[in-house]
Parts: sequence; C-alpha cells; structure tokens
Amino acid sequence: MNVDLGDLYQEVIIDHGRHPRNFGELAGATHTAEGFNPLCGDQLTLYVKLADGHIAAIAFQGAGCAISQASASLMTTALKGKHEEEALALFGRVHAMLTEGPNGGVRPAELGKLAVLSGVWEFPMRVKCATLAWHTLRSALEATAEPVSTE
Amino acid sequence: MTAVQTSALALNPRPADAGDGAHLDVERVRQEFPILAERPYGKPLVYLDSAATSQKPQAVIDAMSAFYSRDNANVHRGVHYLSERATEAYEAARAKVGGFLNAAHASEIVFTRGTTEAINLVAQTYAGTHLGEGDEVLITAMEHHSNIVPWQMVCEQRGARLRVAPISDAGELLVDELEELIGPSTKLVAVTHVSNVLGTINPIRRITDIAHARGAHVLVDGAQAAPHLDIDVQALGCDFYALSGHKMYGPTGIGVLWGPGELLEEMPPYQGGGDMIASVSFERTVYNKVPYKFEAGTANLAGAVGLGAAIDFLDRLGHEALAAHEHDVLTYGIRALSEVPGLRLIGTAPAKASVLSFLLDGVHPHDIGTVLDRHGVAIRAGHHCAQPLLARLGLAATARASLACYSTRHDIDVLVAGLDTVKEALR
Repeated sequence: MNVDLGDLYQEVIIDHGRHPRNFGELAGATHTAEGFNPLCGDQLTLYVKLADGHIAAIAFQGAGCAISQASASLMTTALKGKHEEEALALFGRVHAMLTEGPNGGVRPAELGKLAVLSGVWEFPMRVKCATLAWHTLRSALEATAEPVSTE
Repeated sequence: MTAVQTSALALNPRPADAGDGAHLDVERVRQEFPILAERPYGKPLVYLDSAATSQKPQAVIDAMSAFYSRDNANVHRGVHYLSERATEAYEAARAKVGGFLNAAHASEIVFTRGTTEAINLVAQTYAGTHLGEGDEVLITAMEHHSNIVPWQMVCEQRGARLRVAPISDAGELLVDELEELIGPSTKLVAVTHVSNVLGTINPIRRITDIAHARGAHVLVDGAQAAPHLDIDVQALGCDFYALSGHKMYGPTGIGVLWGPGELLEEMPPYQGGGDMIASVSFERTVYNKVPYKFEAGTANLAGAVGLGAAIDFLDRLGHEALAAHEHDVLTYGIRALSEVPGLRLIGTAPAKASVLSFLLDGVHPHDIGTVLDRHGVAIRAGHHCAQPLLARLGLAATARASLACYSTRHDIDVLVAGLDTVKEALR
C-alpha cells in the first residue's frame, strides 16, 4: 500500500484545519456535547441551537490535529439549516465513508464538500480524528450525558 | 533474609564492559536487528520510537526460539529433564537481571509482566499494608500514567493522599520543592529515573537520601533508564526499582521488580495461585519464599530467557561505548532540531537521555507523525501516557523521536528532512 499523503491532506482539509469555520462558543445553544480522543488528546466542544427540529446555528471549540479540526469545521458548514433527522442520517453516511471506505456503500460525491474526507479511510490510525466531531454531534443531538470518547 | 532455594540463584556478576571506552560500531550493531531491513512504503525504516518499545536483536529472538525449541517445560515442579533445563534457564535469567541491577542477591529479582505490574505490585502489597488514613505518597509532575494511577488507586483504598512534586518549564524536577513536600506523613516517594516525554534524568541518589532521612521509602520507575543508564540499585539507594524487558531490547510481557530481600520478605503476596505457595490446605496456605511469593502462576519463561539475552547483548555493547554513542546522536539531534525554523524542543534539562520531544509551529504532532510515517520515519505523537505532565506544560501532545543503540546521525538527518515535507504537506 502506498497511499498518497495528498489523499489525506487535501487542500480543503488544510484550509479548514488552519481556519476552522464556526469556531467559538455559541450563545443560546440548546444542545452541547464534549468529545475527546484519548489516543492523541484531540478535544472539542460542540454547540447546537435547534429551532423547530432544525439546526439554526452550530459551532465548535477545541484543539486537535488538522484532520479533527477540518472534519469539525466541514461538519458545521454542512449541517447549518438541516433537520435534526437529516443531521443524524448524514452522521451515518459520513461514518460509513470514514470507517468502511468504498465498501460502506456511500459515494463521496453525494456528500458534497464532505467528500474531501474520503481519503481518511486509507489511514486507519487517523479515522478516529475525523469521526470525533461526528460522534460528538450525535451525542449532542441525543443529549447523552457522558462525554464522547473515540476509544 | 531467607536462604535461597536453589544454587541457580547465586548472583551472576555483570562482566566488565567488553568495549570499555571503545567506540560502538553502529553499523555492526544495526546488522543484529533484522527489523531494520524493513522498508515501510518502500522507504528505508528510520525507527525513532524506541522509548515506546525497542527493536530486538537476533540474539534475543534466537534465545526465545531456542527455549521453545529445546528447553520448554514448566519450572520449579517437574522432576523430568526438560523441567530442570527450563528451571535452570529461567533462574539463570534472574541471575543476569540481578547482575544487571547490581542487586545484592538474585532472589531480590521478581519477574513481572512489566514496569506497570511491578509498580502495581508495590502499590497493592507494600503501600496497601503500610498506608494509613492521612498518610501521603509523593510522586512528581513528570510521571507516566503507570506511576500515577496505581498510587491513586491505593490512596483511595487507604484514605491516603497523593501529592505531586513540581518541575521547571525546562522539565527538571525541583528537588528543593520535593524535599519540602516530604513530611512525617510521607510513606513513599515514587519517581521516574528517566522521563519518557522529556528525557530528563532525575537525581535518584539525592532523592533517596532526602526521603530516607525522613523515613519514606523510594520506588524508582526505571522503564526508560534501563536501556540507557548503568544501573546500580545499591548505589542509587532506592527501595524498589521497576523495569520492562521490551524497552531494553528484550521481549514484551516480561519486567522486573527489584527490592531488598528483607523488604520483600515482610510484604504480603500480590496474587494468589500456583508457584507462590509452599503448602496449601483449605484451612491455611503457607507462602513460598521471595521472589516466588510474588510470582503466582506460570511465569513468562521464554520472556525471562529473552530478557537475559537482552542483558547479554547490552553487556556485549559495553555501557560506556553505548552511552557515548547515544549521547553523540542525542547531542547531534538537539542541535539539528534546534536549527529547524519554528521547531521548539520540549524538555531541555542538561541531564537528558535519548528522547527528543518537540513541537512544530502550526502543525499538530499527530499530523507530523502521519507525514513522517509515509517517509519511513517512525516517531510517536500524542500525550505519551503522561497527560498530567503535558497539562503542566500547557500542551495536549508532542511529537517524540527517541533513540537506542542502533540510532544514527543519519536517522536524525532523515527526520529533519522529513520535517520539511511535513511543512510542505500542511502548508
């Protein structure tokens, strides 16, 4: 196996990793959750403001590697305005793409900008970096009391 | 001290360094490590993760294979030929470890699964019976989780208090502050000999003198020291010394607890089971002598044999030659990394061994690790099982390159060149 690093560190990922969108605390959040990756110390707090079942606003704070920051940033841009149910469905599809790659039955092209995360699958040690934000999203929406851990 | 059980327990004195003052021929040493011929992603392997686990020389691999091929049987109970040979091999390994640590007697060597189990053993048996309500265990801010959590657990069980001696920003233990923290309630001081994140070598003799003057015992976590330093437990003056085979060219799953005989004698057993008993009835069990009292169940026999072979290997290199070589590569590495723009070394104590932790401006250590990996360079990125230390330094993670006898200046050059590509990939 000799996967190109460029598959992982695509320009969009580098950009979102360096300049994460929707970064900061969200006043008036109705749902929040903490995510933590004990393996590498990546940590994030996700804030969601739901109105009539729709994500009216979403933001995150935290520190971590380029992949975890970009994944969180891309996730927030993809979810704004989406219905809660749509967000959870998207979690499922992104999770399948990240953990199962082409075998997951998800065509990256259907996921819009999130397709840039499709290369992560080929770097098994980094999959948890990319899934952290998404697990935290599910925890926020399902109001799980315990902080999310990717371990 | 109890009389020894077999003549095999006679101490095996460490031979004088074969290469005293001699130069270590690193290319010849590298030939002894078959794994160094691996080519990850088609690139020559540059293994800079020896603080996580060292690679194994052919002699260690062969010794374990030979044990299984020719000597394997259970020890200490068979009356047959193979059991005798296996017992002899196992006890010969114990004697080698005794010599390696300059223990007064081989019976002071307890085989464990590793450093972690050795520390847990002391926490549960020694501390578990000596700690009372309000007593204190003192550790330092640079400990590995394995020298933190066992103490937290026993302190919780006994109503005792865990205290932490501070370090400087450079990663040096503040011994004066440590001294002030040792009071009449301090029963035990647990300190690492060499930090796995910073490379700092702690002044163990000074710490044991201070602790003993106030009636506290001292446990030393030697996991990172054993592969690099010449260890003499009697000169260090400590009460317990723990190490792992796999960090010093031996196999995984075998480690050592050393303690002076009289101290081990008075401690209760750790786990119950076979081999740790003298006699068992449903009413009463009489425990075996040390060290067997602490070795319940069939031990990792081949692992002990492999560790013995690793000690032979280290003896063959010669401590002085090894130390001079590793110091040369470390000094070269410090200089080379210091010249990388945007790079900051973490852990700059003058007394330092074989660890280069660093940060690179604007790049997370995990990303550094992934890019370097694709260039065949194996480093560790993360909190290195020392989260409180990283929190003290205001960090979540570092990148860590760590050295061993087979490390070269060339390895450092490849690392530094790799860092350029890291910057390029993540620009």
